[in-house]
Amino acid sequence: MRKLPLLLLSLCLTTSFAHAESVIKRGNGAEPETLDIHKSTGVSEANIERDMLEGLVTEGVDGKLQPGVAEKWEISDDGLSYTFHLRSDSKWSDGSPVTAGDFVYAYRRALSPETASDYAFILWPIAGAEAFSKGEQKDPASVGVKAIDPQTLEITLKAPTPYFLGMLMHHMAFPVPQKVVEKVGNDWIKPENMLCNGAYCLSEWKPQSHVKLAKNPNYRRAAEVKIDTVYYIPTEDQNTELKRFRAGELDITYDVPADQIKNVQQDLPDAFRSTSYIGTYYYALNLQNPAFKENPKLRRALTLALDRDILTEKITQSGEIPAWGWVPAVDDYSQQAIEEKSLDKAARTDLAKQLYTESGYGADKPLELEILYNTSDNNKKLAIAVAAMWKQVLGVKTSLRNEEWKVYLDSRNQKQYQVVRSGWIGDYNDAYSFLSIFKSDVGEINTPGYQNPEFDRLMKEAETQSDPKLRREAMEQAERVLLADMPIVPIYHYTTQHLVSPRISGWEDNVMDVHQTQYMGLK
Amino acid sequence: MFRYIIRRLFGALPTLLVIITLAFFLIRLAPGGPFDSERQVPAEITANLERAYHLDQPLPVQYGYYLWNMVQGDFGPSFKYKDHSVSELIAQGFPVSLQLGLSAMLLALLIGIPAGMLAALKQNQPLDHAVMALAMTGITIPNFVMAPLLALVFGVFLHWLPVAGWNDGWKSAVLPVIALALPQIAYAARMMRASMLETLGSPHIRTAFAKGLPLRLVLWRHVLKGALLPVISWLGPATAAIITGSVVIEQIFSIPGIGRHFVQGALNRDYTLVMGVVVFYGALIILMNLLVDVIYGLVDPRVRYE
Repeated sequence: MRKLPLLLLSLCLTTSFAHAESVIKRGNGAEPETLDIHKSTGVSEANIERDMLEGLVTEGVDGKLQPGVAEKWEISDDGLSYTFHLRSDSKWSDGSPVTAGDFVYAYRRALSPETASDYAFILWPIAGAEAFSKGEQKDPASVGVKAIDPQTLEITLKAPTPYFLGMLMHHMAFPVPQKVVEKVGNDWIKPENMLCNGAYCLSEWKPQSHVKLAKNPNYRRAAEVKIDTVYYIPTEDQNTELKRFRAGELDITYDVPADQIKNVQQDLPDAFRSTSYIGTYYYALNLQNPAFKENPKLRRALTLALDRDILTEKITQSGEIPAWGWVPAVDDYSQQAIEEKSLDKAARTDLAKQLYTESGYGADKPLELEILYNTSDNNKKLAIAVAAMWKQVLGVKTSLRNEEWKVYLDSRNQKQYQVVRSGWIGDYNDAYSFLSIFKSDVGEINTPGYQNPEFDRLMKEAETQSDPKLRREAMEQAERVLLADMPIVPIYHYTTQHLVSPRISGWEDNVMDVHQTQYMGLK
Repeated sequence: MFRYIIRRLFGALPTLLVIITLAFFLIRLAPGGPFDSERQVPAEITANLERAYHLDQPLPVQYGYYLWNMVQGDFGPSFKYKDHSVSELIAQGFPVSLQLGLSAMLLALLIGIPAGMLAALKQNQPLDHAVMALAMTGITIPNFVMAPLLALVFGVFLHWLPVAGWNDGWKSAVLPVIALALPQIAYAARMMRASMLETLGSPHIRTAFAKGLPLRLVLWRHVLKGALLPVISWLGPATAAIITGSVVIEQIFSIPGIGRHFVQGALNRDYTLVMGVVVFYGALIILMNLLVDVIYGLVDPRVRYE
């Protein structure tokens, strides 16, 4: 008995010497609005949630799909039924097992009108989900998610949805600890209540200061997780973030200020990371506007008159990729482009002029346009350049209107514009995430108000087709239809920018811009 | 005095009610709502959200709800920061802003007042010109230039102090406090100089000198008392403004205060958060003004409260 204190002391000493705590600090953009996976909508929140909770499938270091809580699954021949077999070693941070019941509970909570989740619609491909979420069907058991036994989960879909597995990487499809949520309700994400099944668990949250995560010893890969503590630090001001990185206060930044990219490439070449991202920056043309309605030639002229190389190299300057089509580089899809991409600049300009004249405008009768954008330096610079190109090539008289974010959203939804700046980031790595917003029945999300029965038909085919090759062809064809109609002016595909300290290992650039801390280490 | 304070406090209630009412309806007049986002969600989902936050009720009913809850001390949940109530956000942010603001104000007074006095005593001499030139510079260089400059020099180049954040104890506070105090030092100095000069020329000071009192005594006992009055009346609203957070400084130094809630709350159409900070700020200003009046009663022999 007398030896016990000594033993304890030596134990403390050895552990503290053998294992210096490894900490990394990640800049994370905006302050998280919430850490409740069913209520959050932003990228900042998703970054943290991904470290804390693991879905049926998860991302590898390359951002690609990997088995998560489910070690294997079977898909029925008609593509409607998915059976997931959960790992026996997947545990909550208190050591209790993650069960199929936790997933059933989580999906019902995600869809319930009482939860009022912004993102509920992402689970609508599941049978019965849409009706339950809209409140048309009150019985939660009507949702096609069933626990066959604690380790087997069956999900039934309303139509074959080839991107369904990829969608399960979204935080809306993570499990929640049923026993905790039932007990404390919305407070389940407070540090003292929260249970995690991911690599890390919430240990402290000081709003506007930091979210601190500590390694979860019960995580199934815990032995391979090298970083002990992660700080997610809100960095709303990009210039401050850059300074903090330079001063060594941050290991990874959320972004890099656009006007500093050139400097950073020179000063911090080992730290600067940039790669393409699944998003497209575009101008939508209001098809209800008399100028654009029934006037595809004019819409085409406006697209052809822009020199995207100048826009990206001289104006935006962040390594953006000029966009000649709508869908960016996503998996299992060949990127489409307007036919005129192959022409040289002079030929394109001539064609633009010709189409402009044919659509009834000219030097004596110039088109007058207004571009609406949300207030930001980058949007402004770009709008000025676009207006100048339209003026120079076609003689269009363009005026600019900027509005504060919420006012802009309101104007956009009410279709109070002629040309509006827009952007779209895919929810999952699949062309459908991009093309589906131009279906005629999706509402305001279809910004130009595009309607084409042929496009709808092809999209319908893609939705119901279980053969991946035919589905892909249908979508590629749909994009060609879209580009022939030109309801939008694609400008560039987004890229991501980060500074990653050279002492960090295990960071791989990827198109989803997903970087779980569990793969990282210190050199 | 006590009755005066009670009377003033009751008199403040209608003022607060007007502030609340105006803010409540004005923020709702702004186009766009709290749940508008880049990714427009299906109408049924917006309806779920609006129901959850009582936004589906007619405006007067919402207003009634709001008043009723507020009387019970409940400012409602934040629409944007969904895990926190507005009261929590204010309770978390205010101590930080208070600490920052009071330190800055203290620094401003400690430097500004002696500098102003010195300038007044050496009127039109090189020292006066030097102090006033410095003060002018302090006023004209805006915060958003000074703050990053300080961070760049002392944080990035010299590594003496953290560039941003609020986790390193006093070290985190140094740069933001200086940046916040600089313009206030300048104001305090200019104001002190002007009112000193005015007081120095007044008859009761001339009398004091005529009685043969030494300069030190005249300064401390007579001049300072009179000369401080304008500074005190400036102090109330200025302190209220500075401790409810400087939006710019808190943003640049990533300080978890309440300053940013003023601007971000309005930009996000976070109705409850905007209301919460407006009411809080309103109450604080009223209190500060009351405090100033009470101090006036103590300092100025011409003012007495019954």
